[in-house]
Amino acid sequence: MSKFKIVTKGFLQENPVFVLLLGMCPTLGVTSSAINGLGMGLATTFVLMLSNIAISLIARFIPDKVRIPSFIVVIATFVTVLQMVMQAYLPALFKSLGLFIPLIVVNCIVLGRAEAFASKNGPVDSMLDGIGMGLGFSFALTLLGGIRELLGSGKLFGFPCFNEDRGSLVFILAPGAFLVLGYLIAIINKIKNDPALFSRLLLVVKTLLRINRI
Amino acid sequence: MEYIIIIISAVFVNNIVLSQFLGICPFLGVSKKVSTALGMTGAVAFVMALATIVTFIVQHKILNPLGLGYLQTISFILIIASLVQLVEIILKKVSPSLYQALGVFLPLITTNCAILGVAILTIQKDFNLLEGVTFAVANAVGFGVALVIFAGLREQLELMDIPKGLKGTPIALVTAGILAMAFMGFSGIV
Repeated sequence: MSKFKIVTKGFLQENPVFVLLLGMCPTLGVTSSAINGLGMGLATTFVLMLSNIAISLIARFIPDKVRIPSFIVVIATFVTVLQMVMQAYLPALFKSLGLFIPLIVVNCIVLGRAEAFASKNGPVDSMLDGIGMGLGFSFALTLLGGIRELLGSGKLFGFPCFNEDRGSLVFILAPGAFLVLGYLIAIINKIKNDPALFSRLLLVVKTLLRINRI
Repeated sequence: MEYIIIIISAVFVNNIVLSQFLGICPFLGVSKKVSTALGMTGAVAFVMALATIVTFIVQHKILNPLGLGYLQTISFILIIASLVQLVEIILKKVSPSLYQALGVFLPLITTNCAILGVAILTIQKDFNLLEGVTFAVANAVGFGVALVIFAGLREQLELMDIPKGLKGTPIALVTAGILAMAFMGFSGIV
C-alpha cells in the first residue's frame, strides 16, 4: 500500500464514523458545535498518532497474552499527557469536552488501529495510518458538529449565518445528535449504493468549482 | 431524600445513554433482542457497582494521599480491565449458570465507556462511598431501561418496511433520537 493511500483511506473508504461505526460515544456526545467536534477530533488524532508509533515500536517485545492490557496502558499514558497539555494551554476547550477527554482511552478506534495496523507495521506507516484515521474522525465530527450548530443555532464555527436568530434547539440537545447522524449515514449509504447519483453529484461539484474560478 | 434524587436523576433525567452518550456501542450493538439486552444490563450493573467501589477506594486511599491524581485515567482503566477478568474467572468457578448468562458480555465491558465514565463522574461529583454505589447502580438501571425499550422497538422494526438507505444503523439512530426526545420529557423533575 502506498504511503498516500494509507493516509487517505481514513477519509472515505474506511471512515471510522460513517463506515466502520467506531467511537460513537464522543461522536454523539461532543458535537454540539463545529469547534467542539474539531477539537475532539484533533485530540483523538494526537493520541492515535503517538500510540500508533509507540505500539509499532514495542509490539514485537510484548508477549501475546498481555497484548491488549499493555496496549491500553500505552494509550492511557498518552491520554494523560494530552489531558495535562490541554488543561495547561486550552482550558476552555478542555472544560467543554469534559469527561470525553479521559474517555479517549476506551475509544474503540484507538485500540482498534493499534491491534489491526500498528502491531503489524513499521513506525512510519503506523504514524501515517494514525494521522489518516484521526483526520477522518475529525472530518466526521466537524461535519456533524457543523450541521448540528447550523440547524440548532443558525451559526457555523460561532459566526452567525442568518440575519435573525434562527434554529431549533432540539438539534443542539441530545436527540439532535442521533437524528443528524442517522440521516447523514443514510445519505452516505444512498450515494455509495447508487453510482449514477455519485457521478452526477461529482459533476455538480466540478461545475460549481469551475464557476467559482471564472 | 438525597439518594432518591440521585436515583431519579440518573435513571430518567440524565439517562446515561440517551442524554450523556456513554455506552453507545453496546446500546447499538446488542440491542437486537430483549433477552440479550437484559443479559448485558445484568453484566454492566454488576461490573459498574464493583468498579465504582474499587476505584473510589483507590482514589481516596492511594492516589489522593500520595498526590498521584494525574494517574487517575491509567489506574482506573487497569482496575476495570483486571476486575472484568477476575469476575469472569470467579463466576466460572462459583456459579456456572450465571456465567452462562453473562459470560458472553463480560469481555465487551472493558471497552464500555459507561463503566469508566461512571467511575470518573463519581469522583468528580464528590460523592461518598454509599452515594457513589447508589449512583452506579442507578446508572446501570438507566442503561437497562434505555436498552430494553430500544431492543423492544428494534424487534418491531424488523417487521417494518424501511427505505433501503435507512436500513440497519441509520434507522436505529433515528429511533434512538426519538426515544431521547421522549426522555427529554423527564427533564425538570429533579
